[in-house]
Amino acid sequence: MDFSDTPEEAGFRNEARAFLERHAEPKRGAFETWQSRYPDREGLERAKDFQRKRAEAGLAGLHWPKAYGGREASAIFQVILAQEEARYLVPRGYFEIGLGMCMPTLFAYATEEQRRRYAPAALRGDEVWCQLFSEPGAGSDLAGLRTRAVRDGDAWVINGQKIWTSGAHWADHAILVTRSDPKAPKHKGLTFFFLSMKSPGIETRRIKQISGQSHFNEVYLTDVRIPDSQRLGGVGQGWGVAITTLMNERLTSGELRGPDFEELFSLARSVELEDGPAIANAAVRERLADYYVRTQGVRWSRFRTMTALSRGDTPGPENAIGKLVNAAKAQDIASFAMDLLDMGGVVTDKDFAPMRAAFQESLLSSPGSRIAAGTDEILKNIIAERVLGLPQDIRVDREAPFDQLPASRR
Amino acid sequence: MNFDFSPDQKALRDQARKFLAEHASSVRVRRILDTDEPYDRDLWRGVAEMGWTGTAIPEAYGGAGFGHLELCVIAEELGRSVAPIPFSSTIYLAAEALLLAGSETQKRKWLPRIAGGEVVGCLALAEGPGAPAPTAVKTRVAGGRISGEKAPVADGDVADVAVVAARGEGGGVSLFLVDLGGPGVSRTVMPTVDPTRSHGRLTFDGAPAELLGPAGEGAALLERVLDRAAVLVAFEQVGGAQAALDMAREYAMGRFAFGRPIASFQAIKHKLVDMYVGVELARSNTYYAAWALSTDAPELPVAAAAARVSATEAYFHAAKENIQTHGGMGFTWEFDCHLHYRRAKLTGLGLGSVRRWKDLLITRLEARAS
Repeated sequence: MDFSDTPEEAGFRNEARAFLERHAEPKRGAFETWQSRYPDREGLERAKDFQRKRAEAGLAGLHWPKAYGGREASAIFQVILAQEEARYLVPRGYFEIGLGMCMPTLFAYATEEQRRRYAPAALRGDEVWCQLFSEPGAGSDLAGLRTRAVRDGDAWVINGQKIWTSGAHWADHAILVTRSDPKAPKHKGLTFFFLSMKSPGIETRRIKQISGQSHFNEVYLTDVRIPDSQRLGGVGQGWGVAITTLMNERLTSGELRGPDFEELFSLARSVELEDGPAIANAAVRERLADYYVRTQGVRWSRFRTMTALSRGDTPGPENAIGKLVNAAKAQDIASFAMDLLDMGGVVTDKDFAPMRAAFQESLLSSPGSRIAAGTDEILKNIIAERVLGLPQDIRVDREAPFDQLPASRR
Repeated sequence: MNFDFSPDQKALRDQARKFLAEHASSVRVRRILDTDEPYDRDLWRGVAEMGWTGTAIPEAYGGAGFGHLELCVIAEELGRSVAPIPFSSTIYLAAEALLLAGSETQKRKWLPRIAGGEVVGCLALAEGPGAPAPTAVKTRVAGGRISGEKAPVADGDVADVAVVAARGEGGGVSLFLVDLGGPGVSRTVMPTVDPTRSHGRLTFDGAPAELLGPAGEGAALLERVLDRAAVLVAFEQVGGAQAALDMAREYAMGRFAFGRPIASFQAIKHKLVDMYVGVELARSNTYYAAWALSTDAPELPVAAAAARVSATEAYFHAAKENIQTHGGMGFTWEFDCHLHYRRAKLTGLGLGSVRRWKDLLITRLEARAS
């Protein structure tokens, strides 16, 4: 066992450090984000500028094929870059979906001409992508989607509604999965496309979350026309294409931000309870120990994953553990920290609440972490089936024509 | 980055697993469970012949001179098989205490015989129910003679030598070495929740005792010994937890109810995933502690406590939910589920309760932060 980099990894780490020292600003606080420092439009423009420098330095699309500007590097290099970037304010939430999910799907299914048209622009941040997948009636059960695609000569006409689309309000392009044949069984009547978000008939509305922020959108598609040349995969083969996209999501989902064990520990050392400092209270100490061993368990699990990646392995479904454990823990820690503040815990005024109200903010943002990129329940199914090899649940929706399936309470 | 065991260490693990599958099968474990035999003497002899008892003992004292990482690998396999031998008492506690604090004479006297499997050792700390804090130690040593009672002592009924926590003439707690074959020692067997690991009551009435380590520094020395043992026992716990999870998985795949394998119900799938997550987090914490132990890193006290807490909880959780997955059959003597349920609780208390280790963990984090 040894925690040091291989010479190749160390060389890359130095390269990343040199780039960040030159082009990135250090964070002013642990929880500062690009979006909290820069407002909407300015944030996007600055992010594009940073992404261009990143691409010019060869630090974008690390795992991409060399033909499209990537390095064909093993996943360990992505982890090293993320470690080095952690201390800096770098743009997050603009390019991950395009570079991590949309482009790999284009690499697998688009024509060479299309790849050469879209990949460099995405890599340099000139064009931003989003992913039109989830629908109001199709979340965890994505294959239950109802957005219709109807063939009309050399084009398709799209009608329907998508939801939870990150970045749709600034995206230039999107990948889209639709239902082209409602008479076919659920997974067999889907067809996959990419399209311009500037196409006539697209309307984007931002969703206000319980935290008050708006990361997501609803996207309404009304008689939107897509040329058949922008279909990815065969007609009715869209589910297989969507799986390709989702397999890449694991590489993309980043670490959670927000107060964790260290912040709770530091709060417990400073706040007074009825019988002295919180850290001296036996019940508090027991809870702190629980959170510590879970935090460290995830941390060292990541090191085990890095070891596997360092050998050139691809990330497997066992990595779902990190998000499963961390998201629930973040919610518990936020709630417990507020309990320590007692009556004063309800206040969200940043000058009144300790750590500029980070725990109160986390209380309202953490429920989303347990749902986004796979709910706790779906992640458990994935681990059960793909890691432990347990059978799938008995399905009532596999063979029947999609339009015969019940969709609501009768 | 290489946060994993080496190919040689993995080969040792495979070898250990194969050996124990044959020599510590559940039939063999049950021979100890169902009879008055305190431990499996054939297995103990076999383990010594394999060289495991001398794994982390230097060659100068008759050992193999490997490191603690090799010992961790073996511990995991011993835990997986619920091996009914006095390995943890002898190797993780007595030998580690001798290595940490023994005089040259003491090391030369005991370590070669421990490495050769000729001697069983133990650590005598508790004096009845309740937390064995230094203030609770009533056993006394005066003029090189020890008097008092220690109970329960894991393998105290069969051990040849004991490391004993007792109050010296200065009043402080020290560690002493007592030859249990000598005069002034009487002992009785104590029944426990896990009959596959023998326990005894040790009564000292003026038995010869020699100081192990500096006088009056027993509490600090004990803490170091328990930290090292905690890492090794955590590997046994992870091995046991993994075995309980594997049993539950295997049963759920083969047991049909309501026309389908029960492993296809989400209630069972999610239960098994909760067990798996617990085992994986514990495994990662124990790997880190193994690194700290093998390099004698300053992080060892925090890492050992975290591994202890994580592995204790993962093992008990996996063991109890394994019974639940088996339904009524899991509650029978005939099925092996109870072997892990018993061993999980035993290992969870043997080095001190998880409640106390959690408190210790936070104390250590506070010390590190200030």
